[in-house]
Amino acid sequence: MRRIGISIMILFGSSFLVYNLAAYAGDPLAELRLSADDGARQQIIALTRDLQLDVPPPLRYFLWLKGILGIFAGKLNMGMTREASSVQEELAYAIPVTLRLVLVASVTALLLGLALGIISALRQYSRFDYAMTFMAFVLFSLPIFWVAVLLKEFMAIQFNNFLSEPNIPLKWMFIFAGFTGVFWSSLFGGERKRFWSVFAGAFTTGFVILWAIDLTDWYLHPGLGPILIGFLSVGIAMGVASISTGLTNIPARNAALTMAGLAVLWYYPAQWIFNNHGSYLVILLMLALIVGTGLICASLFSKIDRVPIARTAIITGVISGFLLFIDRIMQSWQPYFITDAVNGRPVPTYGQRKDQLVTDDFWLNNLDIIMHLILPTLALILISLAAWMRYSRGALLEVLNQDYIRTARAKGLNERTVITRHALRNMMLPLSSLFVGEFVGLIGGAVITERVFGWQGMGTLFIRAVNSYDLNLLMGVILLLSILVVLGNLLADLVYSALDPRIRLVKE
Amino acid sequence: MKLFGRREKPIGEILSGGESAIANKEVEGLSLGQIVRRRFFRHRAAVIALFVLFSVIVFVMSALDTKIGPLRIPGWWRWTVEDIPELRFEDCPGGTIGCPTLSVNPFSGFGLGTHPFGQDDIGRDYFALVMNGARRSLMIMFIIGIVAGFIGVVVGSISGFYGGIIDAILMRLVDFIQTVPIILIAAVIGKASGRVGPVFLALFLGLLGWTGLARLVRAQFLSLRELEFVDAARVAGASNARIAFKHILPNAVGQIIVTVTLIMAGAILTETALSYLGFGVVAPDVSLGLLISEFQTSFTTRPWLFWWPGFFIITIALCVNFIGDGLRDAFDPRQRRRITKKDRLKAKFEVKAGA
Repeated sequence: MRRIGISIMILFGSSFLVYNLAAYAGDPLAELRLSADDGARQQIIALTRDLQLDVPPPLRYFLWLKGILGIFAGKLNMGMTREASSVQEELAYAIPVTLRLVLVASVTALLLGLALGIISALRQYSRFDYAMTFMAFVLFSLPIFWVAVLLKEFMAIQFNNFLSEPNIPLKWMFIFAGFTGVFWSSLFGGERKRFWSVFAGAFTTGFVILWAIDLTDWYLHPGLGPILIGFLSVGIAMGVASISTGLTNIPARNAALTMAGLAVLWYYPAQWIFNNHGSYLVILLMLALIVGTGLICASLFSKIDRVPIARTAIITGVISGFLLFIDRIMQSWQPYFITDAVNGRPVPTYGQRKDQLVTDDFWLNNLDIIMHLILPTLALILISLAAWMRYSRGALLEVLNQDYIRTARAKGLNERTVITRHALRNMMLPLSSLFVGEFVGLIGGAVITERVFGWQGMGTLFIRAVNSYDLNLLMGVILLLSILVVLGNLLADLVYSALDPRIRLVKE
Repeated sequence: MKLFGRREKPIGEILSGGESAIANKEVEGLSLGQIVRRRFFRHRAAVIALFVLFSVIVFVMSALDTKIGPLRIPGWWRWTVEDIPELRFEDCPGGTIGCPTLSVNPFSGFGLGTHPFGQDDIGRDYFALVMNGARRSLMIMFIIGIVAGFIGVVVGSISGFYGGIIDAILMRLVDFIQTVPIILIAAVIGKASGRVGPVFLALFLGLLGWTGLARLVRAQFLSLRELEFVDAARVAGASNARIAFKHILPNAVGQIIVTVTLIMAGAILTETALSYLGFGVVAPDVSLGLLISEFQTSFTTRPWLFWWPGFFIITIALCVNFIGDGLRDAFDPRQRRRITKKDRLKAKFEVKAGA
């Protein structure tokens, strides 16, 4: 409680500071004052009245604050913008846009960064580790607006050109396959012989996949199909089982494989459901179904120790189900591609939706959202990926040096258990408090990204507010973000103290 | 597939007391400064980065005229930002204007030409513009580093050393500043400071950027002030200021230097991002971010206008980041050098020879 009180005090203080800073930073009427026009003079009078500009800023802050505190009386009043629209409405429109961008980016970056960081910590001082470290530093040093422009050029304009005449040159197939080979072989590490055998395998696979894509014109009508989904699901099942419980746990492995099999069996029924009842509710119901099936699977295959088995089955099921979802989205590609709004240039460089695309098809709309998300999200991910890679690598290395890891090994636990159960869980502790900071940093990055990609989110509002000295709008954006930061920090502290019994927030 | 494979320790290492014994042997009888210097120079990437950064600074600073008061040091480059030479049309690809004359073709030889980076829309030499922008960015980076470093150290040490009410007030101040994403508040200030010039922008950014460092220094002080050598100094009659700055601060200097380099690397990105948004350095002044924002639309036709400023931003930020990493490794007492095969062999040999 005491912390909440302090946080609120800080919010008041910082908003007061920023309000006055912004108010004295520029005169909203400067442009109008320059003109000798009679209309301008009337506008000055109107604006002065509407925005209460005749009140000095420190006092005006309290007028503004009164409107804000109205939230407790049920009527929030954040004031008017210069264009005489209400700040709440503008924010209500902008918030979901920015959140969509930042949430997708931060979650993806977190997962990807954690995975890469963990692997490079486990392979400390290997080629993979060095490559990842170098990559992280390069990513750290990239200005986001520069990356965004590059992405626009190469991922959108050039890719769209490529799609109008799709044909992968042999040279690129070799280069891509070579990269795949190097990536996987350095990921697995090992002595020279193993390195080359993994390299050869990955190289051939990469080459064959590209070749097949090129031959079948896959990128014009993509899809996975039941057979591919089958292979992928079995692979996922084995992968999840080997990380989550180890392959020696027969019931867990069988449960995961059953889930993978069920995913394939469900392919056609799922198609029917997706086609006729595409909505978020149905997808939620299907998720619930997957979880239920996983639980049943676990109880069928084992009488003891069901929790890890259920966990394995459910994770496998969710990922396989996600494949079905992806497959359905991919099937919308062709109809999306030929709509007038898209007209054969599917990767957009501007805006968060295509206004011309008017359809109530759930899948087309989703595909449109995804296509517009891809580039800005990629830009944001590239920027925050590096931080997560470094954090998780450092945290895991720190944990691996602890005595309890040595104890765990000395007990004779296998390396998988030591890593997943003893090391990873402790590694997550310090990282949990970093998420908020990274999230806030991403919102800062989103200001720039929105600008480059023409999204109508909070960043655009903010830029507009600063440029036109629109104090109420500016304060609206800043207040919202500050509340987010304060809440986030509070939450991080609570989560941290809940996870780590050594930390107590209240001194006894 | 051994997902969780682990390297087995060779026998020689175990005999000689493990990796720590090998690593400890190297630092025996050396002062902290010597150890740090040695470790830093062993970090190959950091040394290369230091060299590159130094060359870039010399290159950029000497290219254009430098004015120090009435003194005017001429630069070695023929154009300045104010010159407007004639726009070049001949042998430009695809009917563009002002294409670069830089040639690094190994067969026809290396040549700068009249405009190595090309020209902008009205014919100003792009090399001069980029050099001027890089100079601005470097200057802003150093100012932010110094200002933020100074305030961070002072606030952090006062807060950590005295504790109590002073600490509480100062830390609330840090909280104040940290509740608002820095780029937002910097944009507000930047918009206002556009009229007063880049030096003030840098000062303001420095005034905002010290919070992380202050927290770090405070944490160091909190743990260091409990140690015996502080008591010893107090018994010997040292004043508070002397204890804080002569006894405690040197122990925290490693962390401080590392954090300042990271602040500087972040600062150059913040400055360019602000200028890109139009809230930082504004025309007619030149900055790398401003150049990129100005010419991003001509990327398809005249990509060089986009590549060069980006190249300088990345080079500078990358170098500073690598130097920071090298320093962190060098200062971290727990950090041990990677034990190579050669070291193990040597240790094994020594154990055998001893036995």
